[in-house]
Amino acid sequence: MSEKIKVDCKGENCPVPLVETRKAIRKANKGDILIITGDHSASKKEIPMAVEAMGLELLSVEDKDNYWEIKIKV
Amino acid sequence: MSTDKATLIVESGDFDKIYSAFIIGNGALAMGMDVSMYFTFWGLERLKKNNLDKGPLSKMNFFGLGKLYMKWKMKKANVRSLDDMLDDFVELGGKIFACDMTMEIMGVSKEDLRDEVITEYCAVGTYVKEARESEITLYI
Repeated sequence: MSEKIKVDCKGENCPVPLVETRKAIRKANKGDILIITGDHSASKKEIPMAVEAMGLELLSVEDKDNYWEIKIKV
Repeated sequence: MSTDKATLIVESGDFDKIYSAFIIGNGALAMGMDVSMYFTFWGLERLKKNNLDKGPLSKMNFFGLGKLYMKWKMKKANVRSLDDMLDDFVELGGKIFACDMTMEIMGVSKEDLRDEVITEYCAVGTYVKEARESEITLYI
């Protein structure tokens, strides 16, 4: 059974969004969906780079009012 | 998953350079790499107990005033503390090596160091072995 796991990095600076995403990936089971939110602009580009490097699936990158939301399938 | 490797020598004990080392190290771990950091000379001083953030700024330290200002700016920008970055590094599987020759020269014993985070006490051969397998090597 796949789970949805939220990782809120709003207000966090480099390299915390990347690091917290990686921690969540390590704890997740295959098939789980991670929903990462944050407002550090470089991380919006770099989390997808990390996802690609690790061979995971990037589901979406969306801009919300004053933050972004990235969905990943582990 | 990719198992590319990054190997960093941390020779400097300066506050800003220790930050650089952990930001790069944690970033590389976060992007799926294996990371080893080799602490030597002034860098090794920072692995002593309660010493990780005690280094001076490499420039404009002004007897500690510059560093205080930098720490205040970092706090405002919500930059994670060095102790938390070290915890992240260990949690993500990063390896920390301590140079045994530096320990001898500087009279540092294992009891002086944060032994719980140190993977191995070693010499240059271990670094070269790891570095030759690494896609990224840096000297900080």
